[in-house]
Amino acid sequence: MEKVLLKNIDRPDAHRIDAYMRYGGYRAVKKALARGRDELIQLIKDSGLRGRGGAGFPAGLKWSFVPHDPTIQKYLCCNADEGEPGTFKDRGIMDNDPHLLLEGMMIASYAIGASVAYIYIRGEFAFGARRLQAAIDEAYDKGYLGKKIFGSDFSLDIFIHKGMGAYICGEETALLESIEGLRGQPRKKPPFPALAGLYGKPTVINNVETLSCIPAIVEKGVDWFKSMGPEKSPGPKLFCVSGHVKKPGLYELPMGTTIRDLVYNHCGGIRGDRKLKALIPGGVSAPMLTSEDLDTPLDFDSVAAKGSMLGSGAVIVMDENTCIPRVAYITNRFFSHESCGKCTPCREGTHWLTEVLRRIEYGDGRTGDVELMEKLCTNIFGRTFCPLGDGAVMALRGAFKNFREEFIYHITHKRCMVS
Amino acid sequence: MITEEIRQEIQKRLKKYANEKSAVMDALRIVQRAGGGNITKADMEEIARIVGVNPVAVNAVAAFYTMYNYGKPVGRYHIQVCRNISCALLDAERIIEHLEKRLKMRTGETTRDSRFTLSTVECLGSCGTAPMMQINDDYYENLTPERVDEILDGLE
Repeated sequence: MEKVLLKNIDRPDAHRIDAYMRYGGYRAVKKALARGRDELIQLIKDSGLRGRGGAGFPAGLKWSFVPHDPTIQKYLCCNADEGEPGTFKDRGIMDNDPHLLLEGMMIASYAIGASVAYIYIRGEFAFGARRLQAAIDEAYDKGYLGKKIFGSDFSLDIFIHKGMGAYICGEETALLESIEGLRGQPRKKPPFPALAGLYGKPTVINNVETLSCIPAIVEKGVDWFKSMGPEKSPGPKLFCVSGHVKKPGLYELPMGTTIRDLVYNHCGGIRGDRKLKALIPGGVSAPMLTSEDLDTPLDFDSVAAKGSMLGSGAVIVMDENTCIPRVAYITNRFFSHESCGKCTPCREGTHWLTEVLRRIEYGDGRTGDVELMEKLCTNIFGRTFCPLGDGAVMALRGAFKNFREEFIYHITHKRCMVS
Repeated sequence: MITEEIRQEIQKRLKKYANEKSAVMDALRIVQRAGGGNITKADMEEIARIVGVNPVAVNAVAAFYTMYNYGKPVGRYHIQVCRNISCALLDAERIIEHLEKRLKMRTGETTRDSRFTLSTVECLGSCGTAPMMQINDDYYENLTPERVDEILDGLE
């Protein structure tokens, strides 16, 4: 497949504006500015582009919810908080090809009528933030940002807002709170950000990868975009593969690539040629799949049909020697650490789950602990403002579904079932 | 201590936002960096004055986000080792143990000479190059105990 999102990844000068333009950059935004806003929104709707941040919501539809009234201030926020464990795709774009993201943001801002845009980047990505700031400065110098871009009536300012270590700020309303200078705690929805977002104004929040798809769609059209992947989740997709594979890393492949193709062809199979035991297809919130699911196409609907989710495209591979209760413990410890504390079921529930999993892991598990955790899951799921608690529950339920006997074994024998 | 230079740097950030309160996060980060990785109560009161918010609002932010070191001073080199799943699968534990042994300290501690602080952290988004750690701003990836030694030798 011709690379779209990673086309400049092996070009060490692509982060400089002149090089980016030499490789064809900033042509799409000029084309976009010659079109009507409604026409652009329709184009993205027709392309079938779905949000790459995890939820898979149709991007064009999201844009269309923003009111048209030109007297109202509107905002675009790029979600670059990339925190779902296993995910490192947005970092790949920002570190190597920051102008691609900026060009996508310019087109999106124009389409929704935003004159100010923020990039919410996680604080740990110091290198990426420096690259982005340098790219923004270059764009201002060339007159590609600021007033009356490319001689049009469109003006845009882009600012970076750095996160400071809070997974929850990847949730879009927590992200908005954080830009407003507050603790990153999710808001009640509705109202949705498209109507009342940043500072109460209409706001679109799109992921880095989603925005980076936009220039190519404008340049090459809907038919080209839809020629990749399945009809209902078309386009290129970044897969972040980690864990027990021979060649972990960032892969750009068509949506709908099967797990088998990704793991055994592109990533060279499992280290030490061991057997695959389990695999998390979309970051740790996604329930794990097993070796029986190898022929599942990695697209939003096919993974959902297997009871999991494509999420951020973070594929975490575990070999036959992996202790699943330990994985569950590490995963839940993460959710407990990152729970923002706003909703009691999540704050207390993830903490309690972690304590039970910890005692199982360290050989102090008690008979009935699995049932106890199942009860806890029921009390968390669907009872919180945001999906963090749900993610913790889905992940744990996924582990119970396929590996329940391993938890029981760990409790009874006070050690791992695997060596 | 917030110098005139830092004050001006913070004041520049206020202009990024429709509501100046948004600059609290930038302000805390700038002050922490200037303070060698730490924030004091006096700093927060000064930030509140510059940004024009109640000191409680600054404190709430400093306490919420894990990268602010308010109340937990760190050494000159803050070593943060990822302990999340992708790194754990590739034996991050071994890296943590090695660091504890080499620095003769436990996770969460700072060496007596304030040179190193060792922490474990959740996913830093570098899972394809696990196991990994961050020292101050920089990422170090594909770690082995030998590689860790080389990195620390380079610092000393």
